[in-house]
Order: sequence, then C-alpha cells, then structure tokens
Amino acid sequence: MKKLLSLKNVIISVSILILIWQLLFTVSSYDKALFPSPKMAFDALVELIENGKLFENIRTSMYRFVTGYFSSVIVAVVLGLILGRIPKLFQYINPAVQLLRPISPTAWMPFIVLLFGIGDVPAIVIIFIAAFFPVLLSTVSAVGNIDPVYLKVSKNFGIKQPALTWKVIFPAAFPQIANGIHLALGTAWIFLVAGEMVGAQSGLGYQIIDARNNIRADILLATILVIGIIGILLDGLLKLIEKLILKSWGGAA
Amino acid sequence: MYIEVKDACKNYVQDGKEFVALDNVSLDIEKGEFICLLGPSGCGKSTLLNALAGFEKVNSGSVKIDGKEVSAPSINNITIFQNYGLLPWRNVQKNVELGLESKKVPKSERAAIAQKYLELVGLSGYEKRYPKQLSGGQQQRVAIARGLAVDPDIIFMDEPFGALDAITRMKLQEDILRISHEEKKTIIFVTHDIEEAVFLADRIVVMMADPGRIKSIVKVPLGEHRNRTGENFLYVRDRIFELFNMKTDEYIEYYI
Repeated sequence: MKKLLSLKNVIISVSILILIWQLLFTVSSYDKALFPSPKMAFDALVELIENGKLFENIRTSMYRFVTGYFSSVIVAVVLGLILGRIPKLFQYINPAVQLLRPISPTAWMPFIVLLFGIGDVPAIVIIFIAAFFPVLLSTVSAVGNIDPVYLKVSKNFGIKQPALTWKVIFPAAFPQIANGIHLALGTAWIFLVAGEMVGAQSGLGYQIIDARNNIRADILLATILVIGIIGILLDGLLKLIEKLILKSWGGAA
Repeated sequence: MYIEVKDACKNYVQDGKEFVALDNVSLDIEKGEFICLLGPSGCGKSTLLNALAGFEKVNSGSVKIDGKEVSAPSINNITIFQNYGLLPWRNVQKNVELGLESKKVPKSERAAIAQKYLELVGLSGYEKRYPKQLSGGQQQRVAIARGLAVDPDIIFMDEPFGALDAITRMKLQEDILRISHEEKKTIIFVTHDIEEAVFLADRIVVMMADPGRIKSIVKVPLGEHRNRTGENFLYVRDRIFELFNMKTDEYIEYYI
C-alpha cells in the first residue's frame, strides 16, 4: 500500500514537471530547435535508443563511474580505518585534507587532461576525487565515535589486529561509513557528467556536448533526463544494499 | 593469596583539580570468593575493579593475581559491563562465540559451548536473535554466557545490573549466585546497592569516597541460599547501613 502510494506521488510529481515544461514551451517565443517540447525530447530519446547511441554511451559512462567510485570508496575506507585509529597522525593529515576538500573536482580537470590525455582516465579520476573526501572523513569520524566498550571487550577477549579491524572496528563504524558512501554516490554521479564534458569523446557527458555542437537541444534534454533517471536508480540500488546489510545490525534499518 | 592488592594509589586530574580515587588500598581475595565492592560514587570501587581487570594502572602500589602483576586485560579474567558490550551486528550465538574465536576453538565445538552456556543463563532458543531484539536483562545474560564460555578464572562485574528494573535485577542476582556456585568462579562485583551486596557476597568491601578507601570488610555468613526477608539477612544489611552512618540512633515515638 505504501509503495503504491509513493508510486502515485511519483506520477503526479513528474506529470506536473512535464506540464510546466509544456506550458513554458507553448508561451515562450524561443525557436523550438533551441527550446524543444517534452514530445520532441521524447522523440529524440526514442531516436537515441533506436540508433544504439544511448546504450553505448550509458555503458561507457557506467564503466567509468563504477571504476572511479568503487576504487575511491575502497581506498578511502581503508585509509579512514587506519587514520581513525591513529588520531596523532590524522591531526597532521587533516589540515591538508580540509584544504583539498572544498576544491571542486572539475578545477583539477585541465591538469588531469594534461597529464592523462582524453579518454576514460580523466572521468575516472574526477569521480575518484569527488567520492574520496566524503568517504574518508566519514570513516575517520566513524572510527573515532566507536563505543569504547567494544574496544574494551575486544581487549578483554584477546582480539588482536588484524581481526580487531574486520571483526569489531569496521562493523561498529559501518552505519556511519555507509552514510558517507551514500552521500558520495550522488556527488560522484554529478561529477561524472562534468568530467565527460571536458575530458572525453564518449559517454553521457560527451553526448551533451555533442548535442550542443550539432544544435540538437532535443537530444540534449533527452540526455539530461536519462542522467537524472540513472541517478535515481543508483541511489535506490544503494539504499537497497544498505538496508540488506543493516538488517544484520540487529534490525537497525 | 590469590588476588593481592597492596597500597594501591590512583590519582586523576579532573578540571585542574586533583582527585584521589584510591588512597593506599590493600585487599586480599581468595580463589572462589564472591566479593562485592560497595560504596557511593567516587569511592574508587570501579577504579579498583579496572585496576584488577587490567584496564587501568595504579600510580603506586601493586595489584597481583596469582602472583603476577596485572598489566593488561586477559582472557582469563572477564569483565561484565553495565551496558553489556554486546556486538549488535552479531547474533546471540556469535556474540557468545566471540572469545572462543580468539582461543582458536574449532567451529563445531564453539557452537556446542555457546549452546551450553546459553542454556545455563536460560536463553536456549535465542541463538539467532540479535541483541537489539532482547530486553536489557536478556542482553546481560548473553554477556554473562559470553564471559563464562571462555572458562575464565575470575569474573569482574562493574555494576552489571545497574541499568535493569528492580524485578529483573533480583532475578539476575539469584541467577548469578546460582552460577557462581555451579561454576566455582572467583567473582568481584561492583555495586552501590547494599541489598544486592548482602544478597550476593561472601565478603563485602565497604568503600568510602574522597579519598577513595576501604572503610571495612564485612563477612556475610549467610550460606548459599539467601532470603531477602530473613532475620539474618536484615541483620547483616543493618550492619552495613550503620557503616554508612545511615542508621540514626533512633528515637521513635509511636502514636497509636
């Protein structure tokens, strides 16, 4: 019942969005090649599906996204678990992290393209940077926030490293780490498009640049829609995985 | 002597003020004894327990178990905490098996041992539950089973029933008394509840605050089966009340 209700909400919400779009199209005096109607964008979507371009670009983008995001999450979590246990070391690393963190990953783009050229690597690097800091910082703080009684119990029962990390510290910190991983997903997806717009000749971001160069605003809007939908699906997928894992935290979810 | 504390001192600095948690505390405990450390907050009873369990070191004096100076926690001496310390991502059985894993007990044996001790604390059938699905009393029973499973020599209990309601607390007191006789463990139990101490202890170590010290040690000659409303029980309890100066020289007028 709850699911049905939320489906109803989605339909109403999307319908309103399309309605406003259509209304703007009707009243505006822009050339329709520059500002297409929902119908035209939909037709462009069908065209992209039929000529196979869309799925090819989605595949390319997903490959970059999965590679960049997962390598970033793994590196950041491992580093975070180590740094979280050594606050004396982290106090020297933290200022540097705080300096690098607010820099938009796209600011690195020219530099990355100079170093790595055009292709998969710049997009992957951008996604890596985008996901890295939120996951690292949430892991460090999660490890610092572990209830001391878990560490006392571990000491008492003779649990030593490396078992201590994977038996106690990681699972104890996991709910908060998962928060960071979840947050980073959205950020990483946003920067995938940015990365591909500058540093690639393929993928969904490039498809947007390509549409602009050909003055195909309908394809541009269709691509934007696809990016949004994939973003929602990725988020939903991660929520599902999180829920499954948190279930074994004693029905915390 | 099995456990030997000699002239133990421990100071803390809190908010720039020095605080004496233990002031020349000496205490001997025999194997198999049930000892309650009783006193108000700040009397150093938890500090003394932590020093015995190896979680804290004393500033001066010595703390010895079985002739050896205590320097770190050991799997031979298990501490039961007030907030249970169960790992919420492990089910009951896996929690009980925790210590057996570090003792490298084979998997098949672990299950059997966990089963045995869960039965002892009255929780067979709860193996697959998670800590969050249990009441506070049940969680503390799991923690006790987890402690007993590694077959320790000594069990330290730091106000283990402090977070439980009165009825559950009494039930657990009866169980821990029964278990202490069945398993023949040395138990050192911290509490601020006088009745709890009288109900459980072979000897009660009465402590005072500021500075933390031992005021006296009271033998409780009540045997294995204790009756909370029995005359002897109330007599011992009254003696403890007197030690805390909580019994005024009464002058009671009856208006009938």
